Amino acid sequence: MNRSTRRRLTAAAMTVVAVATGTTACSSGSGSTSAKADGGAYTIWDPYPQFDKSSDWAKLLDDCGTKAGVKIKRTAFDTSDLSNKALLAAQQDNSADVLIVDNPVVSTLAEAGVLTTTDDNKLDTSKVDPNLLAAGQSGGKTYGTPVGANTLALYYNKEVLKEAGVDIGSVKDWKSLTAALAKVEKAGKKGITFSAIGTEEGSFQFLPWFWGSGAQLTDLDSAEAVSALSLWKGWLDKGYAPNSVLNNTQTTSWQEFASGDYAFAENGTWQLAGAKKAGFDYGVVPVPNATGGNAAAPTGGEFVTIPVQGDTGRYATSQKLVSCLTSSENLLVTDTTLSYVAPTSEVQDKQVAANAELKPWVDAVKAAKGRTSDDLGTKYPKISEQLWKAVQSALSGSKSPEDALATAQSAAK
Amino acid sequence: MNHTTQVPDRLPVREETGAATAAPSPPRARAPRRPTSQQWAAWAFLAPVTLYLALFYAYPLYRNLDLSLRNYTVRSFVQGDAPFTGLANYRTVFDDPTFAPALLHTAVFTAVCLVFQYAIGLALAVFFNQHFRLSATLRALFLVPWLLPLIVSASTWSWMLNSDSGIVNAALHAVGVDPVNWLTSPSWSLTSVIIANIWIGVPFNLVVLYSGLQSIPGALYEAAALDGAGAWRRFWSITFPLLRPVSAITLLLGLVYTLKVFDIIWIMTKGGPADSSTTFATWSYQLGFGNLLPAFGPGAAVGNLLVVAALVFGLVYLRVQRKQYES
Repeated sequence: MNRSTRRRLTAAAMTVVAVATGTTACSSGSGSTSAKADGGAYTIWDPYPQFDKSSDWAKLLDDCGTKAGVKIKRTAFDTSDLSNKALLAAQQDNSADVLIVDNPVVSTLAEAGVLTTTDDNKLDTSKVDPNLLAAGQSGGKTYGTPVGANTLALYYNKEVLKEAGVDIGSVKDWKSLTAALAKVEKAGKKGITFSAIGTEEGSFQFLPWFWGSGAQLTDLDSAEAVSALSLWKGWLDKGYAPNSVLNNTQTTSWQEFASGDYAFAENGTWQLAGAKKAGFDYGVVPVPNATGGNAAAPTGGEFVTIPVQGDTGRYATSQKLVSCLTSSENLLVTDTTLSYVAPTSEVQDKQVAANAELKPWVDAVKAAKGRTSDDLGTKYPKISEQLWKAVQSALSGSKSPEDALATAQSAAK
Repeated sequence: MNHTTQVPDRLPVREETGAATAAPSPPRARAPRRPTSQQWAAWAFLAPVTLYLALFYAYPLYRNLDLSLRNYTVRSFVQGDAPFTGLANYRTVFDDPTFAPALLHTAVFTAVCLVFQYAIGLALAVFFNQHFRLSATLRALFLVPWLLPLIVSASTWSWMLNSDSGIVNAALHAVGVDPVNWLTSPSWSLTSVIIANIWIGVPFNLVVLYSGLQSIPGALYEAAALDGAGAWRRFWSITFPLLRPVSAITLLLGLVYTLKVFDIIWIMTKGGPADSSTTFATWSYQLGFGNLLPAFGPGAAVGNLLVVAALVFGLVYLRVQRKQYES
């Protein structure tokens, strides 16, 4: 009742605005799609405001629209803005036809009933790497397909390591990494920088170590989890990592590394362009796990989804649009512009063939794990909040790692 | 509780009588035959402001109250069918382990900021009231913190107080003091945001108190000086008592501003580490927007507690003012 009147009000308001501004409000007709003032066009929302109309990305969207025989109306939002905007739009029954969102948001939007499943929209996700697709799955249903992935790895400064006499090949597990940091510190340089800030970014950066210890997100106070947090705490106590990590975003942490004083930095694929500008020789290795081997890092990157529409007839065209966007040749273009790793092995191979530097990143993405995977879905945000709080408590010295994680576990339940 | 119901009742009454007396008086003078159309005109003139108040003040307040009394999940937010749960959100907030520290931090933050802002502002106002050379220029310089966008000043403070590369620790190091983890130690983070906020709040106090000082007649000081009162005595017996009404409004406005300070804390510490600088304002934001899964209900509840706190102090102010007026 409430909802339908609100919808009518919105529709009326939109119509008034459309008429008043004298746009082509060709009597948008009745029915639930009337909320869309521009009847023929298909709306696409993405979190890439850095790309303007002349960018490859915008052109790709238009091309896909032409192929599907429709006009595209694209709106770019800031990432942090997009999930709230999508929720509000769904509340007004005015969702975009195609919505591209950050992967941990997918399960929240799915929980809200905003997204269609691949059963409904007939998207083909068979080629996508299962570890990446898992971030968009909950309750046995899939809610979209990844447009690309990024993840975390360790950047290292070759000059600093050389001065300290560290061979990067010797860094295989936590013990050897800590030993390398000790050598660097002795040589008068700084060890490692990362971001342990009290937001989702902090959890994102801690997860490779958390998972690398063998810990599970459902059991925050396990002995393995404590060992991961103690590792970070130990680095801070010994001065291998600066105290400022507590307030570092991934960007400020990168700036510290770019100063050239640090041997290691935990950061993402998206910094590759910046790394070339940094003016020193760098390398990339996957984050090691506790006893040797590569730790699973969390996946970043966006999913292409098809929100629920009042007019179910629109899905067929939306599906064409998404299939076009995520076709192999287009993925290659998109992921190169975004500096992402492609979600299918077919395209990953092409990327590595074109640019060998991407090899460690492709490996890292293959080992990576979605934050909302393991069917955590909407439980993840709560767990993550407690996790970053525990990291902050332990690193700032207000609680021991054991106590901090025990508090986190009881609060996350 | 009594006050909250009394005063809002009284305020609209006053407005209405004001409008009513204003409206019929011109008709009596000019057109006594058509009082109704004049009344219509009066209402028409009143309509924009009423509409504005209702749309931009009453409705958001009502929405916030409504949010805080319902159990909103992302699903019910979209479907619009959140069940009414009474005070459950408030109970959740009161039982939260963050509640007691947040309350304490809010109280300490507000009290300490107010005391220092007022004391420093008053001292500077008296100082600049001496009208020495360059006093106008200097006074203008003191206004700079007020003119800067908060995001600029907060980011600058955050750089200056950085543990490893901040200028404050570099200065401390130069004089042989150990570096302090201003923003990253639980025992210092609240102090750091208080210092930054005092710096930002001083100009406001300075300006208002300075203008208050202008209204104190110079003859009083001359008379007191003739009677042999020293500078200290003149301040406590003339300046301070005569400045009381201005001080009261300065402190009240300062209180409302300080209670809701959010940007500075969020930019400098995000309320951390480990909630050590969380106030109600940052907590409310954290609940509503700081997580991938927003908790609108409890977030709105915390916001309402802040509104109530500001309202209570506003009523205290009204009562004090009335007493002053009567005496």
